[in-house]
Amino acid sequence: MDFDLMIDSFPKLLNAAVVTLKLLSVSLIVGLFIGLLFATLRINKNIFINKFAYGYSYIFRGTPLLVQIFIIYFGLGQIEYLRSTFLWVILKEPYWCAIIAFSLNTGAYTSEILRSAFQTIKPGIIEAGKSLGISNKIIFYKIQIPIAIRQSLPAYGNEIILMMKGTSLASTVTLMDLTGVAKYIISTTFKPIEVFIVAGGIYLFMTFIIHNLIKFLEKKYSFN
Amino acid sequence: MELLAFGDTGWGDELFRATLMTIAVSITAMLIGFGFAAIFTPLKLSKIKILNLAANIYTTVIRGVPELLVIYLFFFGGSGAIMFVASMFGYNEYIEINAFVTGSFAIGIISGAYSTEVFRGAIQSIDKGQFEAAKVLGFSKFKQFYKIILPQMLRLAIPNLSNVWQITLKDTSLISVTGLVEIMRQSYIAAGSTRDPLFFYSFAAVLYLLLTFLSMKLINKLEVKYSRGH
Repeated sequence: MDFDLMIDSFPKLLNAAVVTLKLLSVSLIVGLFIGLLFATLRINKNIFINKFAYGYSYIFRGTPLLVQIFIIYFGLGQIEYLRSTFLWVILKEPYWCAIIAFSLNTGAYTSEILRSAFQTIKPGIIEAGKSLGISNKIIFYKIQIPIAIRQSLPAYGNEIILMMKGTSLASTVTLMDLTGVAKYIISTTFKPIEVFIVAGGIYLFMTFIIHNLIKFLEKKYSFN
Repeated sequence: MELLAFGDTGWGDELFRATLMTIAVSITAMLIGFGFAAIFTPLKLSKIKILNLAANIYTTVIRGVPELLVIYLFFFGGSGAIMFVASMFGYNEYIEINAFVTGSFAIGIISGAYSTEVFRGAIQSIDKGQFEAAKVLGFSKFKQFYKIILPQMLRLAIPNLSNVWQITLKDTSLISVTGLVEIMRQSYIAAGSTRDPLFFYSFAAVLYLLLTFLSMKLINKLEVKYSRGH
């Protein structure tokens, strides 16, 4: 066991964990909006809108995240037209490509979580709102959405942890996140176990924090 | 379309073989995972605290650390660990394990942690009376498990195991970083030599969708078979 290496690499890995957290938080925020949008499309009665939203979540949940990143980072740059538009400013940066891929991916999973939460809301609650003369729009924003968010907290907590692990794929498009730096240190020192313990420990610590944060929110917003 | 032709001119046969490789790695990893689950599920349910702790460490660490990091550990550390064991027996030559073994083992350990949780949940949701009835019938311990608990456990576990299968199948794409030629690696090679990444990565996505779609169909059939009488 090379303890010097472990102590030495700890600050480097901690710095890299900041990159991981940045990727995670931006993707989660954008992904939450995408998820909310597609969840409302999923409960729409129009069959085309419905099928479109289903197709989106089916494709993103049925293919590996790695393929999605590679299509966006390596694939989209190939389209000549895109290179001439302002989108190219974003798409040539690996950082933004990773964020786009992560957001679309977590958006697909989030839409499924929220959809099932919307569907478990008892019709009585909506009817109660209607009988009080509240407009449909306000029922949706003030009653359905808050209840759905509370219902989906446990499942969404799992999704946050899965996404945190997913951000490790950013290292495949040259970003130096926690996994990227860990790999770099491993391949220069050939001490995989030591680096794994430190990097894995940081990941586990983040998992622990997220897990407890969600538990706290669940308790705070519990119905009884 | 000529990009996908079979033979020397296209990438059809290479991608076909790569797809078979993805299937082979996924199945091997899933089976290795079942092996781990067979060891760790009893530990999880055990009343002995230290065994319990060991199983909890296994599932928590694997499910809390990115798959890619686990793969790097095995990729860079795998042959080192084997050589260390071999050197204790007096063998000091360089040993290289092939990418298929490293890859299936790394993904297998990950898939095993998920399977362990699924089996634990399934056993815990079997009615207590079933265990007592099995005991009362005077069956041997092995027979109790094999004839009474296992069939009920499988029925309860199949829907969740199908999720584990999907995760495992998609995780195999990460082994491409070790150089094993599966769908992702082959698409990378093809994209590099034809300078058409958009086409090949999209085609890889289609292949994965096809695999997940077909395996879901198959698993649904199994589900129907095992829930006869329910």
